[in-house]
Amino acid sequence: MAEIIPLQDAVSRHMRDGLCVAFEGFTHLIPHAAAHEVIRQSVKDLTIIRMTPDLIYDQLIGMGLVKEMIFSYAGNPGVGLLRRLRDSVENGWPHKIALTEHSHAALANAYEAGAANLPFAMLRGYVGAELPRVNDQIKSITCPFTGEILAAIPAIRPDVTFIHAQRADKKGNVLIEGILGVQKEAVLAAKVAIVTVEEIVDEFEAGSNATILPRWVIDAVCVVPGGAHPSYASGYYARDNAAYIEWDTIAADRDRFTSWMEAHVLSASPDDFARRVAHLANPTQKRAR
Amino acid sequence: MGDYTADEMMTVAASRALDSSDVCFVGIGPPSAACNIARLTHAPDITLIYESGTIGTAPSVLPLSIGDGELCDTAMTTVAVPEMFRYWLQGGHVTIGFLGAAQIDKFGNINTTIVGDYDNPKTRLPGGGGAPEIASQSQKIYITMKQSLRGMVEKIDFFTSFGHGDGYDHRERMGLSTQGPALLITDLALWEPDPVTKEFTVTHLHPGISRQDVQDNCGWPVKFADDLAQTKPPTDEELSVLRDLKARTAAAHSR
Repeated sequence: MAEIIPLQDAVSRHMRDGLCVAFEGFTHLIPHAAAHEVIRQSVKDLTIIRMTPDLIYDQLIGMGLVKEMIFSYAGNPGVGLLRRLRDSVENGWPHKIALTEHSHAALANAYEAGAANLPFAMLRGYVGAELPRVNDQIKSITCPFTGEILAAIPAIRPDVTFIHAQRADKKGNVLIEGILGVQKEAVLAAKVAIVTVEEIVDEFEAGSNATILPRWVIDAVCVVPGGAHPSYASGYYARDNAAYIEWDTIAADRDRFTSWMEAHVLSASPDDFARRVAHLANPTQKRAR
Repeated sequence: MGDYTADEMMTVAASRALDSSDVCFVGIGPPSAACNIARLTHAPDITLIYESGTIGTAPSVLPLSIGDGELCDTAMTTVAVPEMFRYWLQGGHVTIGFLGAAQIDKFGNINTTIVGDYDNPKTRLPGGGGAPEIASQSQKIYITMKQSLRGMVEKIDFFTSFGHGDGYDHRERMGLSTQGPALLITDLALWEPDPVTKEFTVTHLHPGISRQDVQDNCGWPVKFADDLAQTKPPTDEELSVLRDLKARTAAAHSR
């Protein structure tokens, strides 16, 4: 049952070294504030899962907190490569992490299988692709009805899933709007789910098909305005594309990365996020076409 | 307008391959520019889908990522990512998958995973994302990329997504009923697979480009069609729509 508590408390209560953790959000609603809190509390030896690792995994890897990463696209979308990840994989700095690599379709199916309490996911996937050669978690299964051979991969069951959402109500129910990614599946597949939100409201005023995660599938709700920055929260602030572009030069250099992390993460707090989105607070509206 | 760059020629030529009946799964970068130029010129009713789940999107600026807010705000509907891949792509509703590539071979197999050896790569690239299943499940695939000796190679370092494999009927032998790579649009030429061997063959040279230019920027011996033609240069309308879009995009992505 969701407790509404500070992010620092949620992380210290539910995280410990060696856990398997998903921070989900597909470009939209990426839980940056939560990842920064995990970095500040220096939780180590993590297996991290994310379809699109993005800046937060570049940061976790660069800070040496990661043992293994399960993923399907490790880029800075529209900008280029993740340079801390590259430094780990290519040069072993600060150490070499293990990679378990999938396609988007496979990982999305694997989250769904986890949410559905199934042991594995199957899809018509990886045909002719080389990933099955380098990832022994990709196997095949024969359809008992048609004989068709399909790809099979294990369900994802994170120890802890972090997501960011627009709103919670006072009981801790959570509303997500806009690009939904795999957050619902990642929460339902997890043993523990922690949600940061922009605000707590009295009523959602949402339609009957709104995406709502009830408080009884969530363990902690933490109010962190701006908590997705430089990702975005539809209706609250826009994606800070300039920050994503700037990250490419910050992450390109070990010293610059380290001093950036010191200034913006280790010496910062969840309260700093609201200020970072002030210049982006230009709520997007569903436009008539 | 007269003067235009090779990049503009590539984007315009790629946009012309699409029409209003297409349901197009859009890769980020050059494919995204081409698809939106098509939508803003001759194909106003084209359905553009990005893997973030946005269906029927009509952005006024090019998204930096596949999940910018603009895509969702202008979409007909936005679905969750598992649904995107299961119902809409695997379900067979996508007519064109439009991909970019870091490395490609003459059969349209694509590498966006690594340069060098997988376990000890020289360069770790982002990986496949949606591409492996887009490549196998879209009814056909268009690819757009700038030509270079590094990008167009005899042998790719990793099969991120399967094109025509070793050529001929390799797709059918893999159990694939979709068409696979059907068009390659570069900054120098248009290429189509040979009907039998499936090797990409140059069918059109862009204006001012010679056979030698194409060969000098391609790592395999290039085949040219017998009835080799010239691509029509960009029209004034195509160029002005493209330049306006790029200018709006640059303004939107700066601070």
